[in-house]
Amino acid sequence: MSVDIQRTARSQVTFRAIAAHAILITYTLIALFPVFVIVINSFKSRNAIFREPLSLPNAESFSLKGYETVLKQGDFVLYFQNSLIVTVASLTMVLLFGAMAAFALSEYRFRGNLLTGLYLAIGIMIPIRLGTVAILEMMVASGLVNTLTALILVYTAQGLPLAVFILSEFMQGISDDLKNAGRIDGLTEYTIFGVLVLPLIRPALATVAVFTMIPIWNDLWFPLILAPAEETKTITLGAQVFIGQFVTDWNAVLASLSLAIIPVLVLYLIFSRQLIKGITAGAVK
Amino acid sequence: MGSLSLKNIRKSFGNVEVIKGIDLDVKDGELVIFVGPSGCGKSTLLRIIAGLETESTGSIEIDGDPVNGQSPSMRGISMVFQTYALYPHLTVKDNMSLGLKQAKRPKELIEKRVGFASSMLSLDDYLDRRPAELSGGQRQRVAIGRAIVRQPKLFLFDEPLSNLDAALRVNTRLEIASLHRQLSATMVYVTHDQTEAMTLADRIVVLNNGVIEQVGTPMELYNEPKNKFVAGFIGSPQMNFIPASCLKIDDAETIGIRPENILIDGAKADLTGKVSHIEKLGSDTNIYADCADAGLICIRLFGQHDTEVGSDISLHFDRDKMFKFDKNSDTIN
Repeated sequence: MSVDIQRTARSQVTFRAIAAHAILITYTLIALFPVFVIVINSFKSRNAIFREPLSLPNAESFSLKGYETVLKQGDFVLYFQNSLIVTVASLTMVLLFGAMAAFALSEYRFRGNLLTGLYLAIGIMIPIRLGTVAILEMMVASGLVNTLTALILVYTAQGLPLAVFILSEFMQGISDDLKNAGRIDGLTEYTIFGVLVLPLIRPALATVAVFTMIPIWNDLWFPLILAPAEETKTITLGAQVFIGQFVTDWNAVLASLSLAIIPVLVLYLIFSRQLIKGITAGAVK
Repeated sequence: MGSLSLKNIRKSFGNVEVIKGIDLDVKDGELVIFVGPSGCGKSTLLRIIAGLETESTGSIEIDGDPVNGQSPSMRGISMVFQTYALYPHLTVKDNMSLGLKQAKRPKELIEKRVGFASSMLSLDDYLDRRPAELSGGQRQRVAIGRAIVRQPKLFLFDEPLSNLDAALRVNTRLEIASLHRQLSATMVYVTHDQTEAMTLADRIVVLNNGVIEQVGTPMELYNEPKNKFVAGFIGSPQMNFIPASCLKIDDAETIGIRPENILIDGAKADLTGKVSHIEKLGSDTNIYADCADAGLICIRLFGQHDTEVGSDISLHFDRDKMFKFDKNSDTIN
């Protein structure tokens, strides 16, 4: 009897594990499929793309024409550079200012602490794109249109609310005794922040970095509106030159999109080890 | 070294006053222990002395100098925390020397002081390790070492033994006692454990609800408690409190008697009851007796005794060792 129960229990556990994995694998396949299609088609000739979009490139259909077009257009290096500058600069500012604000909110008791925290949290709920017209007017007034600075400022504002929210939760978990020990040893508040607190919330910083980085890299909206000039185009905007009203150079579009995945993938791999720690921080002690 | 003087210290968080006027003088080289139940304000008071918390009113003098408003690092104090609070990314040596490095003291002096502290606490073999590679007791020793290296006027200990297991607690307690003798330093120590207070302190300050109930040497507090609270807090097992009417005594409200001053004596029974529980500790035996109106009474007998749970018991109280308390719970002499 009890053996039976045990057996049923064990088979239930196995069944659940299989079901969970099946769901996760299905989801992964669905999520990766478009990326897969883009990458394989970027290596095919134009005819092959339309004839058999789902087949892998073979000797007959293999073509690097798209990559040649993209690389021959010298601007693409510049677009890449712009995207990198904007992403890395915004990321740095979001992490730095987000962590500083989070430290202030979690560490100091002051009038309006709660209100400030709530005000910052509202930013998570209201999409920044609703303010596009006002942002454009401000940028025009301050002469920042068609500069990378405009994009960096907007993305910093876009990323800060979530960063402050996540980081202040983590900072509350750091022991007060540690910070007080630092104060007694004569560390300034900035040293306590930089030397004691930041290293301890590294997993949280990596989490915020990934969540902030990807929307910035992929954004088409703000580059199109605030910085569409040739010398400030980002890679996502740059890829649009191959999409014409009448003719679209699909080889080039797919090649440029495939290339655009690489840098963000590299940044993700750098952060991912920390990210996993961050996600499991609460669950597994 | 240093003395400490507190005058009328008060502290409120919003509308709640947690420290309600504390006056205290700690002499040079004295080990004073703040003891009291949780929430009595003892830790807050220590943090006010350290400068980690600002007092609402009152003045603090360390070594004769007023230190109100000074930052913690300027007060010439060191603090040892309950959670050790070591810097996780620094080695033992760097943990101990960080304070002196911040103060830009010469390298040779830092080396010398770290060497002195580490040999005193037998940490020489661990200087290059990180806190994560140390056991709890070693971590607390590093924290104590970090405090010694600063050569402060005043050592502050915030429940330093609470995170250690029982055996280590006794060892570390002895170590702190010998440290106090060797350095003859002024120390203020906070604990909720009355055994720690009794065994370590030159003087004990009993705090309750943000006021000082009594200050005195451990034996003064044990022998002459000023009120019912101190009488109940000092001594283990706790003093028994019995309504005076049960013993037909008119000039008091409550009678207090320590478990070790009760005799089992059928001939001169002051109270009778039934045994409800026995704790055999080997060296002594604690018997809990349920005595109708008087409630549960603890009797401490030396040596080993066999008594059945549920059996009848007659108790005789040693009249000379009885404490009398009035309506306000103050001791009647």
